[in-house]
Formats: sequence, C-alpha cells, structure tokens
Amino acid sequence: MTLTALALQLLNGLASASALFLVAAGLTLIFGVTRVVNFAHGSLFMLGAYLAWSFGEAFGDGVAAHWASVLAAAAVVALVGVAIEALLLKRLYAAPELLQLTATFGVVLVVRDAALALWGAEDKLGPRVPHLDGTVQIAGRAIPEYDLFLIVVGPVVLVTLTWLVTRTRFGTLIRAASENRVLASALGVRQALLFSAVFALGAGLAGLAGALQLPREPANLNMDLAVVAEAFVVTVVGGLGSIPGAFLAALIIGLVKALCIGLGTVEIGGVAVAFPRLTLVAEFVVMAVVLAVKPHGLLGAPPPVLASTPLPEQRTLVLVPGRRAAVAAAVLFGALALLPAVVDDYLLVLATDVLVATLFAASLQFIMGPGGMTSFGHAAYFGVGAYAAALAFRHGWPMPAALALAPVAAMAAAVLLGGFAVRLAGVYLAMLTLAFAQIVWSIVYQWDAVTGGSNGLVGIWPPALLAHRASYYLFTLAIVGSALLLLARIAHAPFGFALRAARDSSLRAAAIGVDVRATQWRAFALAGAFAGLAGGLFAFSKGSISPETLAIPRSVDALVMVLLGGLNALAGPLLGAAAFTWMQDELARATDYWRAATGVVILAIVLLFPQGIGGALARLRPRRRPLAT
Amino acid sequence: MSAAPVLAVERLSKSFDGVRAVRDVSFRVSAGELCALIGPNGAGKTTCFNCVNGQLVPDEGRVWLAGVNVTGRPPREMALAGVGRTFQVAATFASMTVRENVEVALLSHAGHGEALLARASGARRAQADALLERAGIAALADRHCGALPYGDAKRVELALALAGNPKLLLMDEPTAGMAHADRDAIMATAAELARRDRVAVLFTEHDMDVVFGFADRIVVLDRGRVIADAPPDVVRADANVQAVYLGTA
Amino acid sequence: MKLLAVVALSLASLVPAAPAAAQTIKLGELNSYKVFPAFLEPYRKGMELAVDEINAAGGVLGRRLELVSRDDNGNPGDAVRVAEELISRERVALLMGTFPSNVGLAVADLAKQRRVLFLAAEPLTDKIVWESGNEYTFRLRASTYMQTAMLVPEAAKLAKRRWAIVYPNYEYGQAATATFKRQMTERAAGAIEFVEQAVPLGKIEPGPVVQALIDAKPDAIFSSLFGPDLARFVREGQLRGLFKDRPVFNLLGGEPEYLDPLKDEAPVGWWVTGYPWYAIDTPEHKRFRDAYQKRFDDYPRLGSVVGYATIHSAAAALRKAGTTDTPKLVAAMKGLEVDTPFGRITYRAIDHQSTMGAYVGRTAVRDGKGVMVDWRYADGKDYLPADDEVKRLRPAK
Repeated sequence: MTLTALALQLLNGLASASALFLVAAGLTLIFGVTRVVNFAHGSLFMLGAYLAWSFGEAFGDGVAAHWASVLAAAAVVALVGVAIEALLLKRLYAAPELLQLTATFGVVLVVRDAALALWGAEDKLGPRVPHLDGTVQIAGRAIPEYDLFLIVVGPVVLVTLTWLVTRTRFGTLIRAASENRVLASALGVRQALLFSAVFALGAGLAGLAGALQLPREPANLNMDLAVVAEAFVVTVVGGLGSIPGAFLAALIIGLVKALCIGLGTVEIGGVAVAFPRLTLVAEFVVMAVVLAVKPHGLLGAPPPVLASTPLPEQRTLVLVPGRRAAVAAAVLFGALALLPAVVDDYLLVLATDVLVATLFAASLQFIMGPGGMTSFGHAAYFGVGAYAAALAFRHGWPMPAALALAPVAAMAAAVLLGGFAVRLAGVYLAMLTLAFAQIVWSIVYQWDAVTGGSNGLVGIWPPALLAHRASYYLFTLAIVGSALLLLARIAHAPFGFALRAARDSSLRAAAIGVDVRATQWRAFALAGAFAGLAGGLFAFSKGSISPETLAIPRSVDALVMVLLGGLNALAGPLLGAAAFTWMQDELARATDYWRAATGVVILAIVLLFPQGIGGALARLRPRRRPLAT
Repeated sequence: MSAAPVLAVERLSKSFDGVRAVRDVSFRVSAGELCALIGPNGAGKTTCFNCVNGQLVPDEGRVWLAGVNVTGRPPREMALAGVGRTFQVAATFASMTVRENVEVALLSHAGHGEALLARASGARRAQADALLERAGIAALADRHCGALPYGDAKRVELALALAGNPKLLLMDEPTAGMAHADRDAIMATAAELARRDRVAVLFTEHDMDVVFGFADRIVVLDRGRVIADAPPDVVRADANVQAVYLGTA
Repeated sequence: MKLLAVVALSLASLVPAAPAAAQTIKLGELNSYKVFPAFLEPYRKGMELAVDEINAAGGVLGRRLELVSRDDNGNPGDAVRVAEELISRERVALLMGTFPSNVGLAVADLAKQRRVLFLAAEPLTDKIVWESGNEYTFRLRASTYMQTAMLVPEAAKLAKRRWAIVYPNYEYGQAATATFKRQMTERAAGAIEFVEQAVPLGKIEPGPVVQALIDAKPDAIFSSLFGPDLARFVREGQLRGLFKDRPVFNLLGGEPEYLDPLKDEAPVGWWVTGYPWYAIDTPEHKRFRDAYQKRFDDYPRLGSVVGYATIHSAAAALRKAGTTDTPKLVAAMKGLEVDTPFGRITYRAIDHQSTMGAYVGRTAVRDGKGVMVDWRYADGKDYLPADDEVKRLRPAK
C-alpha cells in the first residue's frame, strides 16, 4: 500500500465516518437527554431512506426536487419520532430502565413490516444526486463528489449541533436535563416538551442520515438492524450524550475500517492476515478496547456515584419465595411432567424450546434483576455453551459429558469478560457485553476448520434413549427445573442478597463489607454458566447449531423475554419465554405480517404491564406480608 | 493497646487539582466519645470524612484505627476493620425488608456473604431483631425498606452501621432532612449506643443545636485546617470559631 | 389453583383434532420469507402456481396437494422447530424449501434424524449434498460450485493473470472464491495471482473496497456479491472507474432479483449467472412464463422458477413412488426426472443434486433496464465433479 493509497483510503474513511456520525448524532442526543436506549433508531434511518426514495419519485428530477425530497424525508421521520415518543415512550419514563428498549424493539418489528407492505420486497436504489454525481481527480484517482460532500456535511452538522447545545436556550435545557434530570425538573424545565423536541431532532437526524445514504445504498429492509448496532457503538465509544465524542468515534471507526480494507492481505511473521475480514467486527473491537481503557467512552463524563440509585426496580420489594411459591412450582413441574401424556409431539418440541429459553432468560434475569447489570450480549454464553457441547460431542465425548462441558466453557467465557465488565456500569457495561459477544461471534463465524464457519455444525443429536421428542422434553424439564431451582436458591442465598445489596446501593454494600466487584463478577460467571447450560440443551434439541446462537438477535430475544416477564418476578423468565415463543409460533402461522403482530403484542404488554407479566400477576395475588406504608 | 484512641487522624492532607482541601489535620476520637466535625461549607469536612471512611486516599498523613494503620484502605476493608457509617442521604437496600437489610450486613460481617445455597432471609433473625431493637425500630422489621419514611430509613442505616460491631461509627450529617423531633431522637439513640457499647462516634453536622446538644468534643475546620478541638463549652467561647461562623450559623 | 385449571384447559385446546381431510397430500414447506422477501415472494408465487396446476389436473395419486408453509425466521433454531411442527403435527409427506445455507443444513440434518424426505430448494452450499449430505436430503438449485464452474470457462479463456476477488464474508462467498481459485489455477497455463476483499454481508464499505481493488491493479474481477452489496459495489465501481477495461464476472448477478433494482445503472458486459426470463423461448419456459404472468400480473423471477420446480419435483417423486411412504419417496427421488421451465432435470442418485442449470451470459442495459444478452443455458450435469470425486466428498452411509 503506497502512501497515496493510504491517504486516499483515509479520505474514503472520512466519508463513511460522516455518514455514520449523522446516524449516531441523533441517537446520542436522544440518549443523553431521555436515557432511552432507542433500538428503533435504525428503523428511523431506514424510513428516511425509503421516504427519500418515494419523495424523489414524486418530485421528479432536478436539484431542487432532490434536496426537497431529502428534507421532506427528514421532516416526516422527525414527526414519526415525535409520535413514537408521545404515544409510547412518554408512558414509560417511570417504568424500569430498559423497558423502553423493549418498546422500541416492538417498534422495530412494526416498522419493518410496514416498510415491506408500503415499499415491497425489492431494493430501492435512489438516483444519483444532480451536480454531485461525478468524480474529482485526486492523486490520479477518481473520488466521488458525493463522498466529498458527505465529508463536509458531517462537520457542518457537528458544528450546528454544538452551537445548538452550547449557545442556545434549548441547548442549555438539553445540557441541564442530560446532566441532572431531577435538578432540571426542579429548575422548571418542562420535561415533556423538551423530550418531544429532542426526540424530533434526533429522529430527524436519523431520517436525514437515511435520506443522504440513499444515493450510496439502495433502501432495503435490512438497513435498520445493520445500522443500529453500529450507531450504538459510535455513541458509546464517543461517550453517551457527547456529540463531539460521537464524531470522534465515527471518525476512528470509519478510518479503521478503511484501513483494514486498504491493507488487504498482509504477511505478518509468515502468517497471512486478511485484514478486510476484520471489517466484520472492527467497530466492536474498537469499542472493547476503548471501554477497557476509558470506561465512559472517549469524551463521556462519568456519572455521579450515588449512594442510592432510585430506580423503580430497585425500590420494588423482592419477596423471598415462601411455601405457596414452592407448592406452585411443584404443581407446575408435575403438570409439565405429565405433558407428554396429554399433548401431541409438536407441543413437546415447542415446550422444549420454551424451557431452554426460560433457562436462558433466567440466567439473564439473574444478572439484570438482582445484579442490576444489563447484558446486551448474553447470547455469547448461550452460544459458547452450545458450541462447547457440540464440539465435544463431535470429538467423541458422550452426550452427558458434552452437555456438562457447556456450562463450564460458558462460565470461563463469562469470567473472562466479567473481569472487564464489572468495572463498568449501565449502558457502557451492556455495550461491552455486546462487543464481547460480537467478537466471539465473528471468531465462530470465520473459524471454518473448527466451528464450521457460517454454516455451523450438524449431527448433534442425543443418544437413542433421549432421541424421542418426549424423552428429550422430560430430560430438558428435569435439567431446566433443577437449574431454575438452583438459580432461585442462589438468588435468595446470602450471595444473592449481597448481589442485590450491591445493586440497591453499592456504597452502602461496601460499607457493610461486601466486595461489590467480586460479587458482581461471580454473578456474571454464574449467569454465564446457566446460559451455557441452556445453550448445550439447545444444541441437542436442534441437532445443529450455527453462529446465530450467539448473534445479536438472540441476545435481544432474551432481553425482551426478561422484560416481558418482569425483571424481579420469580416466574418472569418462564412467563416471558413462554409468551415470546408462543407469539412467534402462533402469530407466524396466523399472519404473514407476524413480525408486526409480534411487535404490537409486545407494545401492548409493555404499556399495560410495565412491571412485566410476572409483575402484573404478582399484584393480583394477596400479599404475603403487610407492606402498608 | 487499650491506651490507643479508637481513631487517630494524623497530619492528613488532600488536594484536588492543586487546591488543598485539607491541610495537616490531626485529631483523635476515643471509645465512648461523640466527636463532631464541623466547619463552614468548603472547610474540608467531607474530604476529611471520606479519608477516614476510605472513599478517598489522602495525599499525606495517616489514619489509625485502634492502633492499626488503615490509611488508604478502601471502604469495604474499613468496614471489615470496624468502621460503621451512615450516609448523608440514607443509603439502605430498598428492595429488601428492614430485617433483611440488617441480615445482609450481619452475614457479610460474619464472612458468609458469599454462600450460594444457604438461606439468607431469616438466617440471623434473632441477632437482626436485637439490632433493630437497639436502633429503636423493632416494630418495622417486616416493612419494605424502600417505602419507609425518611426518618425510619435513617434508623435502618444506624442498625446497618452497627451490624459489624464497629469500633468507630461515622455519621455524615445524621440529621439532614429530618424533622426536628426525629433529630433529637436519633442522636439520643446514637449517644446511648456509643456510651453503652464504648463505640467512638465521629459525625459531621450543620445543625448547631444538635452539635452542641450531643457532642462531647468538637473539631472545627476552616479552609482545610483545624482551628479548634475542644469540648462544646470551650468551642462556643472560641473567638476564632465565632469569627468563622459569624453570620453563617 | 385457578392457574392450573387454566393451564389444563389451554393444553386441552391445543390437542389437534383428528385430521379431517385425509385425502390431501401435505407438502411441508419452510422458508425465510421475512428475511429474504425479494427472492421468496416470487418463490411463493411459483409454488402456488405449481400446486394449482397440479390440483387442476387431478392432483397426485388421486389426492389433492396441500401446501403447508411456515416462516423459519432465517435461523436454524426456529427452522428446526417449524420443521418439527410440519413433521409431527401436520404429518406432511415431505419437507421442502429453505434459503440460507445454515438453515438448509440444519433442516437436512433434522430430516436425517426424523427420517423424512427433505427437498432443499434454494440453499447453494456445496456441503448439503457433499460433506454433510445424507440419505434423506436432495437439492434442486445449481450449487455455488456449479455456478462458479459455469463462469470459469469464459474466465479462463481471457487468460488474465491477476484477478481481484470480492465476496461476502460467509460460506457462500468463501466457497465461490475457493472454487474459482482452484479451477482457474488448474486451467491456467502460467501462474495466476489473486487479491481478495471479503466484505461483511450487507455491510460493504464500497468506497474503500473499490479503491483497494483499483490499487491492486487487477486484470479482471470475480465477484460473488448480491443484493444491496452488489448495488453499492456497482455504483461505486462505475463512478470510480474500477470496471473500465476490466472484465468482471459476478455470480448470480443476472438474477432479476439482484439485477432489476439497478435499472439503467446495471453494469454492461459483465459475465453473470442468472435468469433472462424475457428471452427464453423454449416451449416449457414459455408455458410457465405465460401462466405466471396471467396469474400474478407480474414477470417471473428466478425465485418463481425455483418454487415452481420444487413443487413439481415433489409431485414427480410422489407419482413415481406411488405412496407418501418416506423410504419409497427417497428411493423415487434417486434418478428422478422432472420437467421444469429450464427443461428436464435429474436428481442424481450419486449425490442427490439435481442437474438444474443456470443461464450464463453478459449484462447489458435495454430500455433503462438491466438484461442478460449472449446467454446460453449451462446444464448442471456438465458442471459437476467426476463421480469418484463426488464419492470422495460425500460421506459413506
């Protein structure tokens, strides 16, 4: 690679960075003020691209028509953002943290199907931009004018937003709200209005980014999730809420990717390293490195350490399961054990799926509920467990031994990550788990010789004794039942209480002698082990596994199950997993638009039962203890 | 050994970004003694306090606990070494009952905080109830801690602080945010505990009625230095102190 | 205990009633409709057309065909679940469908475990009939290996020395790249150099990739990109002059699913595999195209042909076996001949791969649309390895 080539690759990187910054700017703005992890930001981006295409068709050719279509798309998306905020998120600000994430996940599903219905399945390639459709010769190479335009747009938006935030009254309010919500509301900031305005601005930026991307990429139905993960990475690497940080992060990621591509395959110490293949995870590697060094991102400020964080889920009394719970669990277990006598084989397959998902969700609930630590990458342990079991089995281990390896391997992975993760908090921690999961995913995805690469591994079937659907179901029931019992026991053992103490008030926990980090680290390891066990059971129930066992959607599914079921409800994981699996199964059969239907059901549950299904059921029960205040 | 004071702060200094928050501060607190640490805003009370409880590491100086050098130990080790504390804003475990709060603390101090399979709730019921009794909230044992009135939460904190049988009890603004009647009540409880169990108590406080009503000795800080260290009567008459507080208290 | 009653009640309602319509033959189909709608909506239409045609002609074995279709959500876990539903609840005669290779392989393995015939319609992976092949699995479409091999003769004829390869970074792209490199090296007189760019599926960075390829100064380019990645690559490459004076070969590039969105920006002169539906005038194709256009008021895509041919393959197997009994169906599939819009194909007994081919030609723009010209039909049977090579690849029973 010559120096000129390098310089020009950096120029390419700048164009990508600008595009990336535009998406991330809106996300970081929204998060900074409202603390909403807006999963639907990628959907807004996608809508921007589709709308720009439609407006472009309607307005016709010409410079004015083109830019009118871009602005119109951004404006419409801003309105969509306001609608999402007003109709949905506004009702959830008092709900457990991250419940908005579930809600925005519902929005993602609805928007995807809506886009399919409105624009059809075929990709929509937008026209080239009038007057920016040529190239400029730089150092003997043709650089597209539009790339140069984007390189300018990024900083312009950065400067504009910075001016808005630092020099205007609106900006002062934004900063006040970002830094201290309680204080801001005490100062008389009309939060409702501010949040709507910020959402409009953030969504508008996403729409603008989508519209500006259209000349570079056809509008397609996979844009949403492709962009949202990357935008989150940029936001987190830059420091949540920091707009200059997002710019810096986008720059780094854009340049790193361009560099990887530019380097091509290089011999390093006799080993050929294909750098372009790294682009699969470049942004996540950058994020992992940044967070390991700077736990609050490049330009993010550490949040104040509060003696007591008054999150709703930390104020909810967690009841120790009593005799009633034990009886209910025994009855349920008995009923489930009788299932094979009553239902058809397929229901047993479905029930096995529900049980595996329950254990997976329960392991996540353990660190999210009592642990107070969110994981966006919990699938990593599920997948490591699944792969460990599958690989051991294929190397001739008997099935029970292979299955036993699953939690051990997953725990090892969790110990490895946990050491870094517990130094972080909140969304940063969650994103580090995501980065870890993505890195593991990319290794599994590319390590053909061992993991089977993107195709995965097949032929992982239990021995004859367990080969039948009913026997494997009962086997799963026994293992999952015992594991759940154990998990519940741990949650209400001194360790579980110490963990919850660390969550409720880390300062207070330290002041009574609890080693907060060590406790959280152990919790990570335990959760990893249980997730890995679920992964092992999954592998043998499906007979095959592939990298999707540790991909983002699986992590998201688990999060949604936990939040649907209720963060603190004992039966939450079971209820969440059952509801989610049932939805997917039943709705997929009932309608072609099953994604949207699933999204709508999720939204309904979130709005009706902010404490989850489990939380809602708990409220129906007579209280065991007098709790009057 | 028994001659050593419970807490001895020796020539403590701490700077932030070049600004010296605490300079050369020394004082002692003995068993059974209630010592108030006061001073106007910015005098260095909180810095001094946090150096003692382990949240800050002093730049210079030593902190001795019953003759053992504990300088720079983190809060957790301070707690295990025998320092109990309450926070300015009551910090309790809101998702638990009052009794469970105390049980967690008891288990932790007993070194059983990591047991995976034992039962936690009800594990140290008698011990916990005794502590609650001492803190004057035995009747609240089964109540949800997150839903308690503020004054009661402060008492839960007191019980938590006492769970490790501390030699030293640190109270940061113990009466902040409390109603008047509650203030005297909680201070009376603390004073009684200190006397009966020979616990050394160091507290910061804004309310001068509380300070002069309950402290055995008062250490006055101003701009990072100790300007007085004497019984209440002497401090009340001190000209320096009066100058510092003139118009502020 | 109210809860228990509710559970019991809902369980009872889930027990299916005895099958009412025993006279139909159920075909169990699963695919990733929501993940790859551009390919699979036409595919579904092709299937519907075939089922209706067959039923209008009296069905198979005197019974009507009933298509029971499920969405597998594009992931193997869900695919295995819905396949289990099709097998155990719907009691289908056979399984068919699937799109991504990992899903295809997972369902193939389930078919082996549950001893059900599986007709893999779309997955391109070579493994499904070779390394991971099994007794119960057959595959319709020309594989990655076959389609790559179809492009190699033209590529080799050019006698270019330095090739740039760009491919989506997963098994399909990797396999295409490996096959291309091996076959080109075998055929070439002198040494051939390859420079490679692996791009994350759906997330190509076209600017840097195109520039890196320009900087590599290749004599020719082989790509296996498709979908949005291909569109971005084409636009960026044309803008920056990557394709000027360089022959380009693009696997799947002539499939309407991927060529049509490019409209007048479709590349010109590329060698591609694909489906020139507008120009194939064999009687069997004309009949299919007319029926399709009449029924759906839309032109067929490659997916339509795949869906249509899959159903006809299943019907032919049922007819030949004379029963829905799996061992007999599997036996019937071996060497089964089926008439498709691409002509007669055979499911090879040796590796269960059909000989359905693909059209190889060059791209052009006509009336603002991308088309294939100078095309020929490459019959699949001519692009498969020798029998002893296949036997070596495929595991012994």
